[in-house]
Amino acid sequence: MSHVIRVNPIDCRAHGMCAELLPEMIQLDPWGYPIVAEHPVPEDIVGHARRAASACPTLALLVEDGDRPRRR
Amino acid sequence: MTSLESVPNLEPVPRLAPARVSPATRMPRLLDGAWSEWSAHLDAHLDRHGPPPVHVRRDALIDTVERSGLTGRGGAGFPTARKLRTVADSGRGATVVVANGMEGEPASSKDRLLLTRVPHLVLDGISLAAHAVGADRAVLCVHRGDPDFADWLRGCVEDRAAAGIDPVRIEVAELPRRYVASEQSSLVRFLDGGPAVPTFGPRPHERGVGGRPTLVNNVETLAHLAQIARRGDHWFRAVGAAHAPGSMLTTISGAVNRPGVYEVPMGLSVGEALLLAGGPAERPKAVLCGGYFGAWLPAEVAWNVPMTHGDMRRAGAALGAGILIALPESACVLGETARVIRYMAQETAGQCGPCVFGLPALAEAFSELAFTGGRGRGIQQVRRQIDLVDRRGACRHPDGVAALARSALDTFADDALDHDRQGPCAGLRRPPVLPLPPRSEREEVRK
Amino acid sequence: MNLSLNGPGLWYVTRATGIVTLLMLTFSVFLGVVTRSRRSTRRLPRFVLLGLHRNVSLMVMIFLTLHVLTTVVDSYTNISLLDAFVPFLSQYRTVYLGLGALACDVLIAVVLTSLLRERIGFRTWKTLHLLSYLCWPVALVHAWGTGTDPGVLWGRWIGYACVAFIAGVVAWRLVIGARPDRADTLAP
Repeated sequence: MSHVIRVNPIDCRAHGMCAELLPEMIQLDPWGYPIVAEHPVPEDIVGHARRAASACPTLALLVEDGDRPRRR
Repeated sequence: MTSLESVPNLEPVPRLAPARVSPATRMPRLLDGAWSEWSAHLDAHLDRHGPPPVHVRRDALIDTVERSGLTGRGGAGFPTARKLRTVADSGRGATVVVANGMEGEPASSKDRLLLTRVPHLVLDGISLAAHAVGADRAVLCVHRGDPDFADWLRGCVEDRAAAGIDPVRIEVAELPRRYVASEQSSLVRFLDGGPAVPTFGPRPHERGVGGRPTLVNNVETLAHLAQIARRGDHWFRAVGAAHAPGSMLTTISGAVNRPGVYEVPMGLSVGEALLLAGGPAERPKAVLCGGYFGAWLPAEVAWNVPMTHGDMRRAGAALGAGILIALPESACVLGETARVIRYMAQETAGQCGPCVFGLPALAEAFSELAFTGGRGRGIQQVRRQIDLVDRRGACRHPDGVAALARSALDTFADDALDHDRQGPCAGLRRPPVLPLPPRSEREEVRK
Repeated sequence: MNLSLNGPGLWYVTRATGIVTLLMLTFSVFLGVVTRSRRSTRRLPRFVLLGLHRNVSLMVMIFLTLHVLTTVVDSYTNISLLDAFVPFLSQYRTVYLGLGALACDVLIAVVLTSLLRERIGFRTWKTLHLLSYLCWPVALVHAWGTGTDPGVLWGRWIGYACVAFIAGVVAWRLVIGARPDRADTLAP
């Protein structure tokens, strides 16, 4: 099962922990908001992705099933 | 009894449609009888069309809509029958129907035209849709700009209630007049007591008003539904293209001799549509296809593109809600686009950082390129800002702006280079062409 | 030192763990405010500050448990397990001890909801987490009222230091503020 990362842009308050914890897939734009890579999460860093999602203070980072893609 | 005289603030609309349906073109359809003085009267409507057939079997109705090939007329062009079926088959109790008459696009007037000239056709469509999906609640959403308009519509609903036409009492809701308020999820959120701004989460057909599966359709789509239910799918398909059947309303403005709303068969070329609107008033340079979420096409290219979703997409533009704006040669594409982007930057819902910060930054970069220019790095700056906003919000607002900005740079690459290297062109000296609402009319979305 | 159940020795452990709990709680609230501001330094990235906040809070729970246990087990005073969680039941310094029980309950609620935050959703969690702003002053008043140590100079200074620490970080937050985000630029 593959995983993808999505951000809920409404809940995101630019804390930036996700970019610190998953720099392989998340960069910050000039205003501190995450730019998330769209490819599936490589298996070896799925754990880091989950940790980043757990660390998000507003629970805006989502790790989801890549085989059932949701809108946006 | 409601009549046309009681409709306040009706904008003048050119009376061009023939008095009767022409057997040759089989047009007009939605606008058949719309120019008569009593078109908004319930009696006249019932005389002409009869009551809406709300007693046909639900699945038979949806089948007919499916065979007709009707697609959404609000911009996305989604197959209507599929939407109906999804909500009807959700199996979670009574559903809700929401009719989108908000018409957030400044350059579009077709929904307003329908609601003022043939409101009962729209209301028929709402009733039939409610029947088709098993709804126990139906709401027509309009914007607050005109205080008497909603009351007048409620009067129309009253007349129908007195005649016992509708299975469900249709409510009329007034929402703030903002661009993002016309988004599907904004309507649902507002009806649930929240602000009229989009959400990020389940789509309305999964969890809509009150958590129930909700059908959201544009008022024009519902008007077509009302006709298909009476006259069948063959009738609907008798005009238009095989892959894009039926007729559609298009709002044509800009440098044409007779701007206004026209009903055209789908698949009509942009050029033919512009000719219907009296032809270009000045030699056209470009056509904005699809409104402010669409794209620019050079006039020679646009002229032959059929007005269907597929053909427009292949040409690099969009059909959207059928908006065409002709830009004359004397105008500047970049300048006009910069104005629109600045407007869009002020119209964010204020919820998503990338949009709230990124759109003003894009507007500034684009304005710099269009109005100042000459520094040689303007295009690069703009492209960078476009990439920072594209697909980074909760709704399609930033995406639409990104598409518009890209199309200006790609389609008029030479103009962009000239601006970047030498500075603004003469086109900026003439008055602007693209319509935008004045600042004073813009409301707070959070009321 | 006589640490038997019948002597004053256990009371020293209670006092000590109480002070440490208060200090850790102060530090945790401080870190919470800093986390919320979304600021960081190069040596202390945000995920470290957040991790510290969470770990210090868990330490608070450990020391609080010790503090409550030693109090209850100690026969020197007549405080039962129930008194530790249900406010204002005890005979001994009813009000101040009751406040301690209140702070304890609130803290348990805050920590539990934080452990379950991915299940309860952000908005519910956020509302409940604001209770921690209630918890700290209540704990402070409890320490002031029940503690033997405010009678001693160094006891009072610990209290002043905690107040200064939190007042300082709250003032910093209000004046310098968080890193700007979209809430500051809501479209007109």
